[in-house]
Amino acid sequence: MSDPNLLLSFLTKLNALTGGVFLLVAFGLVAIRQMLTCLRLYVFQSLLLAISALILGYFYGSIHLFIVAGLTIIAKVLLIPWLLRHTVGYESYAKREISQAINIPASLLIALAITVFAYYIAVPMLAAAGAGRFAWVNLPIGLACLILGAFAVTVRREAVPQLLGILAMENGAFLAGVAIAPNLPLFAELAAAFDVLIIALVMGLLTMKIHRTLGKTAVGELIALKED
Amino acid sequence: MLSRIIFNVIQVIVVLAFAPLIKGILNRLKENVQSKRGPSILQPYRDIWKLFHKDEVVSEDSSWIFRFTPFVVFITPIFVTLLIPVLTDYPLFFAFMGDMLAAGFILALGGFFATLAAIDTGNPYGPMGASRTRMVGFLAEPVFMIVFFTVSFVAGSTIPYIVQKHWVTPLANFFDPSHILTILAFLMLIIAETGRIPVDNPSGHFELAMIDESKGLEYSGRGAALMKWGGAMKFMVLCCVFLNVLVAPWGLAQGPEYWQVLLAIPLILIKIFILLLVLVVIESSLAKLRLFRITEFLGAAFATSVVAMITGLFFM
Repeated sequence: MSDPNLLLSFLTKLNALTGGVFLLVAFGLVAIRQMLTCLRLYVFQSLLLAISALILGYFYGSIHLFIVAGLTIIAKVLLIPWLLRHTVGYESYAKREISQAINIPASLLIALAITVFAYYIAVPMLAAAGAGRFAWVNLPIGLACLILGAFAVTVRREAVPQLLGILAMENGAFLAGVAIAPNLPLFAELAAAFDVLIIALVMGLLTMKIHRTLGKTAVGELIALKED
Repeated sequence: MLSRIIFNVIQVIVVLAFAPLIKGILNRLKENVQSKRGPSILQPYRDIWKLFHKDEVVSEDSSWIFRFTPFVVFITPIFVTLLIPVLTDYPLFFAFMGDMLAAGFILALGGFFATLAAIDTGNPYGPMGASRTRMVGFLAEPVFMIVFFTVSFVAGSTIPYIVQKHWVTPLANFFDPSHILTILAFLMLIIAETGRIPVDNPSGHFELAMIDESKGLEYSGRGAALMKWGGAMKFMVLCCVFLNVLVAPWGLAQGPEYWQVLLAIPLILIKIFILLLVLVVIESSLAKLRLFRITEFLGAAFATSVVAMITGLFFM
């Protein structure tokens, strides 16, 4: 471990591995049927984001990134699951079959196309900017995860997975962000972390309201306005 | 040169001798997890021995394919064993004859003949199982191809002996995302190809729900023994490819000495035993998927392999 090059190559590979699993989890958020598994996957993804931030923070010697990792763990790994579990009732999570607008193999294929598209956009940018080796991993994967989150919002019909799709978009943006701008002002990071908490809280409460009114959270079926 | 031929023969004998044992250990472990005592780990040997001493019944309406298939199913894993690293990390005498693609094709040949033989007799369950196996097969095929492309692209070769060295030289390569994700995809592929639980229940006895097993229903006596033995060897060969080429190329004989090769035998058995523990955990914690959910399982495997390919292409 004393050789700096060896350490660097290990860190690069570990970061790339984190990125690869991060992308895989984003696929899971698009295609997994069980709602509780989706929530766990989101927590796992946030943990991977924190790991990536830690690796980059160690490499750049940046205290900001350690704080980002700490904030991610507190806000996304601990608080958001707790919030979502308590606002949205248990019976929503007990559901094992989430209906989907497009069937699962087709949506997986579309998700793959999205990933390739994200690389198609990101690689010329990276080459033009002469980015470092961490940005080569984090930017395309973050971008892909951003679009995959949007895709999950489109394709899911339940409220909670849609919310998780939005949160996954935010995760993707952060993963790209820690590599491109490791010295982002701390204030922005704090604001983003609280933003996410508020989003989760508001949407969780909204989901609870929908669940109270309708007895289910399949928002994909809410297609017509109704006057009381 | 002579020692390389002998090692190659030892390799084949190891696969021949230990394949039923691995099947037995797997069955025993599965029963133990369900808090039953389970059959002896030597049970597959007894089954094969018993079947060899029984009379064989062959349908009058079947053609030569039915009689020929057990030999193909039995012989194809042996051919693959000649090509892949089971005990040594350097190529043996016959290894020049084919690469990983050849190994895949030879294994597919056995599956092809088993399918034909299942249709041959006109037993209603045979064609059903055969067509289902083909369905799983053609869904697994793209995964296999992407895994193969990724592995050979990243390692720069299709020869298994070069690929396995690539993953650990330097050791950082082991943590390559394309490596770990390829392992994941290939594990799912093994589960699908050998009919383990999320895809098929190997210990089920209900013909309508069978996928893999119903192909061999018509066989009796010597034919059934060869089919069983061949199936066990195919499983062991796949495990060896998975462990020695993809996951952990440690513990193989590195030098041309006899003791090194003989020491590699218990090591590969230990590695397979660890893999069996993983498989048992997977099989005991998951339920068998409905037939049309198999597309989703293999779709997930496909997504994993494509992610492996993409990360491998861009982070070189």
